[in-house]
Amino acid sequence: MSNNLETTALLCDFGSTYTKLTVVDLDKEAIVAKTRVPTSIDTHLEDGLNAGEEELRRQGVDRIDARLACSSAAGGLKMAVSGLMPELTVEAATRAALGAGAKVWRVYSHELTPSDVHELNESPPDIFLLTGGTDGGNKANILSNARILKSLLKRSFPIVVAGNRVASAEISEILSDFSPVICENVMPRLGVLQVDAVQQAIRHVFLTHIVNAKGLDDVAATLSAPLIPTPSAVLEGVSLLSKGHGESAGLGDLMAVDVGGATTDVYSIGSGLPSEANITQRGLPEPFAKRTVEGDIGMRHSCRGIVKVAGEEAVLSRTGLTDLELEAGLDKREENAGWLAESDKDKRLDDSLAYFALKTALKRHAGQLETAYTPFGKTFIQTGKDLRPFSRMVLTGGPLVALDDAPALVGEALADRDQYLLPLAPRVLVDHNYVLSALGLLATWRPDVALRMILKELSHE
Amino acid sequence: METPAEEVANVEKKTLVIGVIGADVHAVGIRILDYAFRDAGFEVVNLGVMVSQEEYIAAAVETNADAIVVSSLYGHGELDVRGLREKCIEAGIGDIPIYIGGNIVVGKQPFDTVEARFLAMGMTRAFPPGTTPETAIEYLKKDLGVEQ
Ligand code: B12
Repeated sequence: MSNNLETTALLCDFGSTYTKLTVVDLDKEAIVAKTRVPTSIDTHLEDGLNAGEEELRRQGVDRIDARLACSSAAGGLKMAVSGLMPELTVEAATRAALGAGAKVWRVYSHELTPSDVHELNESPPDIFLLTGGTDGGNKANILSNARILKSLLKRSFPIVVAGNRVASAEISEILSDFSPVICENVMPRLGVLQVDAVQQAIRHVFLTHIVNAKGLDDVAATLSAPLIPTPSAVLEGVSLLSKGHGESAGLGDLMAVDVGGATTDVYSIGSGLPSEANITQRGLPEPFAKRTVEGDIGMRHSCRGIVKVAGEEAVLSRTGLTDLELEAGLDKREENAGWLAESDKDKRLDDSLAYFALKTALKRHAGQLETAYTPFGKTFIQTGKDLRPFSRMVLTGGPLVALDDAPALVGEALADRDQYLLPLAPRVLVDHNYVLSALGLLATWRPDVALRMILKELSHE
Repeated sequence: METPAEEVANVEKKTLVIGVIGADVHAVGIRILDYAFRDAGFEVVNLGVMVSQEEYIAAAVETNADAIVVSSLYGHGELDVRGLREKCIEAGIGDIPIYIGGNIVVGKQPFDTVEARFLAMGMTRAFPPGTTPETAIEYLKKDLGVEQ
């Protein structure tokens, strides 16, 4: 599908700290230039982009035929979701939002309280996702939530409604001041997860409202494909890698982990259905392409979150640091997102942080197998995805890929399995140049080229 | 769960949450009940086999169900439904009718004593082995106020 008119594409990733620019030669299928400039919230994001393009010209880039962009600037796509039962519509709504690349900031079940709405007034999300009830099921809950939002909400932000169809008309009337986007129920029938319509609505709102609010409108107008949230770009990249494109086969069921400074994102592409006949699956059906986010786990800004889940003792004993050294190390990391470890001790600490981050985030993503002891012997119950046969694990994220031996950490993190259905023996592929999100972005526009480039990037070993 | 996609929810219909409780895997009876209840005009949410108490309750709240129908074949119904009524009360659906049937206890015991034990645990109705779906439907229509 070579198109000779366009030979170079600029891939921009507006991050909260840096705007990363990558230039791809579409004919040579190679990255020809890369740079990053600080993202400043005070000035328009476009200024950063212009400065970056200036730098690229100095590096010899003389033409840019197409531009693609993703953004996690200004905190990413911050969402609050509400539903009725925690294990049903609340879970469905959360998964839909995560899959759309959002950062799920608040999750509310049952009735919203005045203090919940107060919280929304204090710190408004970019989008509120209102769900609850199957079609024809409970509607009292979603109606009551719509009413309390109407009466107590002082801030205006887009509201996406994906609940009981029977309540939709009434809700759009109640919330008319907020021009709600009404879409199909995220759980039309019990146990049926319908995320496509909601995710489409979220992407639409992201483009029409959020992009403007975050000073990306001018940039968006010059793009060859819609601007998307950064996690969606990674999801596009790993989905393409798994499924392949046209004649080119993909790698099949796989996982990817992005251990960043502030959060750790885990992706799995594959059904993960029970692999044996004597295992019964329980719980909501799993999305084929699934994303989970650990908001409290990251190697810089959120490094204390890792120590909290791992336990200080465990971190001290693994690193051999003293209490004081650990404190100082965490302080440095918390303060500076772009900080790089150089000394031996700092590298050891980064190594340990990565190990505990991987261990925690992978377990939280994986399904679990429980043995139920019945009066008649054992039976097995699976909740979540069975990732045991997943054959590849892609590692990405700045601080993670900078480590000397990230694959060894994966092996270690997977060794301690308990009831978790983690991959048994995945081949680890490292995104050494940290280009997966950029190439994922390219996947939305030129999947053929993107697939070959991702495969090449990940086979550097 | 097994409604065809084109079938849209009918607000007029009474909704039943049904399933086989506990670690019980007898899957045939519940299919037949599902079919019979639908045929009789009910909206059915079939949770299948190995259903926990929490799953019945979550499903009933989310779908605004009118009754819960518990099936138990392997003889351990008594252990499995203990506490179900209390949890319903906790979840705000304390008044929902709960039926239980199948082979709800081990072996052959006089059913009046069995029934008394289940009613004492908060079940609305308990049925002896061999109860037909038609009998269950008759009671459901009566208890849920469906015009015959
Ligand atoms: C097939 C079968 C199995 C299969 C099930 C396969 C499957 N996945 O479905 C297998 C081999 C797995 C199995 C295993 C066991 N089984 Co078995 N099984 C049977 C058998 C032969 C038929 C069940 C069946 O499908 N019937 C056909 C359907 C249509 O009828 P039904 O299930 O009874 O349901 C109807 C009615 O009961 C009623 N009904 C059901 N629920 C409700 C609820 C309400 C509210 C109402 C009103 C009506 C109602 O309506 C249904 C439709 O008409 C029965 C014996 C029998 N003939 O009933 C034993 C039987 C149920 N099993 C029994 C036992 C003991 C077991 C095991 C414990 C054996 C063991 N020691 O391992 C295990 C338990 C495993 C487990 N964890 O559940 C006993 C139960 C004894 C008791 N309760 O006192 C039975 C009765 C055999 C016996 N006579 O001993 N079993």
